[in-house]
Amino acid sequence: MSLVLDNINHTVNGGSFLSNINLTLESGSFNVLLGRTLAGKTTLMRLIAGLDKPTNGKVILHGKDLTDVKVQERNVSMVYQQFVNYPNLTVRENIASPLRIAKVKDSEIAKRVQETAAILQIEPFLDRYPLELSGGQQQRTSMARALVKDASIILFDEPLVNLDYKLREELRAELRGLFKERNAIAIYATTEPHEAMALGGNTTLLHEGRVIQTGAATHIYRHPDTMEAASLYSEPAINLIKGRVTDSEVSLEDSVHFSLGTELEGLPNGEYVFGVLPSHIGLAPNNDDDLELNMTVELAEISGSETYMHVHNEHFELIVQLNGIHDYRTEAPVKVYLPTHKLFVFDLTGKTVQVPSSIQKGAP
Amino acid sequence: MDYSLRKKLGLALYIVFLFIPIYWLVIMSFKGTEEILGGLTLWPQSFTFDNYHTIFTDSTWYMGYVNSMIYVSMNMAITLVVALPAAYAFSRYRFIGDSHLFFWLLSNRMAPPAVFLLPFFQLYSSVGLFDTHIAVALAHCLFTVPLAVWILEGFMSGVPREVDETAYIDGYSFPKFFLRIFLPMIRSGIGVTAFFCFMFSWVELLFARTLTSVDAKPIAAIMTRTVGAAGIDWGLLAAAGVLTIIPGILVIWFVRNHVAKGFALGRV
Repeated sequence: MSLVLDNINHTVNGGSFLSNINLTLESGSFNVLLGRTLAGKTTLMRLIAGLDKPTNGKVILHGKDLTDVKVQERNVSMVYQQFVNYPNLTVRENIASPLRIAKVKDSEIAKRVQETAAILQIEPFLDRYPLELSGGQQQRTSMARALVKDASIILFDEPLVNLDYKLREELRAELRGLFKERNAIAIYATTEPHEAMALGGNTTLLHEGRVIQTGAATHIYRHPDTMEAASLYSEPAINLIKGRVTDSEVSLEDSVHFSLGTELEGLPNGEYVFGVLPSHIGLAPNNDDDLELNMTVELAEISGSETYMHVHNEHFELIVQLNGIHDYRTEAPVKVYLPTHKLFVFDLTGKTVQVPSSIQKGAP
Repeated sequence: MDYSLRKKLGLALYIVFLFIPIYWLVIMSFKGTEEILGGLTLWPQSFTFDNYHTIFTDSTWYMGYVNSMIYVSMNMAITLVVALPAAYAFSRYRFIGDSHLFFWLLSNRMAPPAVFLLPFFQLYSSVGLFDTHIAVALAHCLFTVPLAVWILEGFMSGVPREVDETAYIDGYSFPKFFLRIFLPMIRSGIGVTAFFCFMFSWVELLFARTLTSVDAKPIAAIMTRTVGAAGIDWGLLAAAGVLTIIPGILVIWFVRNHVAKGFALGRV
């Protein structure tokens, strides 16, 4: 019992949106589609829902080819990023509408609407109209409408993006609970790696219409197959520096040299790309093998309770993620410490050669 | 005098000025012909309902109203039935030449109605539609349908496409979605459109007069033919005029909220 996407290609007006998508999603599973904007997440969901038809390839549910089945007959439900409700119907009727259309008995409808509203905590608003509610309540209403029918596939297209931070955390935590006892295939699209990680489940990494890697969220974090996967999973993006390995030492951009520690030992000589997570770089040394770099501040941007500091020297640029709020003047000199035992190593084609052992073992 | 008071006074004067012709029409309808022609009186000296009595008892008069109302209602119904699907297509689908077609529809309104008069007259005479209500209603559609498509398209484009898709996902077929979800969402637009159809069709004279003779003759045409042996019956004419304004007032009263919303949201 599963949803199979068989070699799906989709082009619109000559531009390719999806290429060679092959995925199998099991019943009762929670799946996350992770990718930046324009990665093809929404396109893929629309194909699964039946709103668009793939240029070629098949959508197969439980062994039945759905490719030519109309959206009304697919038994899917979908929650959009925008709060989509029927403004002329009360919240109660909004939630009941899929059941009414399916000609479910009135008593059954009343019961199921009540249950679903209770789960999503919108019972007090059942007799109001959607536009009289707050954004969070509106989105809860559209989620309730998606959950009230026993859909075999439930699609969430970045449903929490338009909500404020606290509500987002709250709804996300609830969402995971909602799917525990369902036998539906849930698919959740997001642009944020930490959201994918928080939701858990199977993650499919999409980039420019291609599947980059699939697997459990934590597995991809610990074992990214490629440089692309590692950088998609890092927020802000992972720092990448070209370097060369010789018998005893590593040189980054021919300017910074350090010796091969235990971590990088055994790396064959040659050219590589080294990656270091912004959160691993610090303003103070943590370890003996930290590399001290004299950099110049380009920009310090504050994001929530963190500061992303962009620094550069004449050879490369780095993004440093710092806890707390730091004020730095532009062009100010700063010393940063790069942990040489926490380096990702990729070959020049972008394949992962080595992931730091602290990432492989550590919690995400 | 402070500014707001001056503003109020200016506005009041303006409204009084606007209402003078209407006031004159109303008092005239309560006067006899001798008084109207006799001299300037601001209030009827001999108040009379005779003019109204004539209109409500003489079938050549009141049938004019009935005829007008019949073809106006027909026109409104036909226009909405035709324009709703057309506007939906323009707002939701991309097809070859869609923007050109949309503009072409509007450009129909730019041609002087007289251009279409002869072909309509000839066509209707030869197919036996001359002097029928449907003939006038259809002729008026030439002008009301493009306007209706244009107004409705604006309202429909204000409804996100995701609403359509959510309805399909919920299991609504297209007709059910259109009737139960979509139409209620654009009801302001429908109200505004119906109002504009009414406005056009109710006051239009050229087509209505040319395409009818007896059975479907509209009130406006009857009013232009009140020259009797004793000259023009001014009082009767004024009463007919007052009665012509009333349906307009009623329609505006019913759609006023929608029109206000329509002006704010749509494409009016």
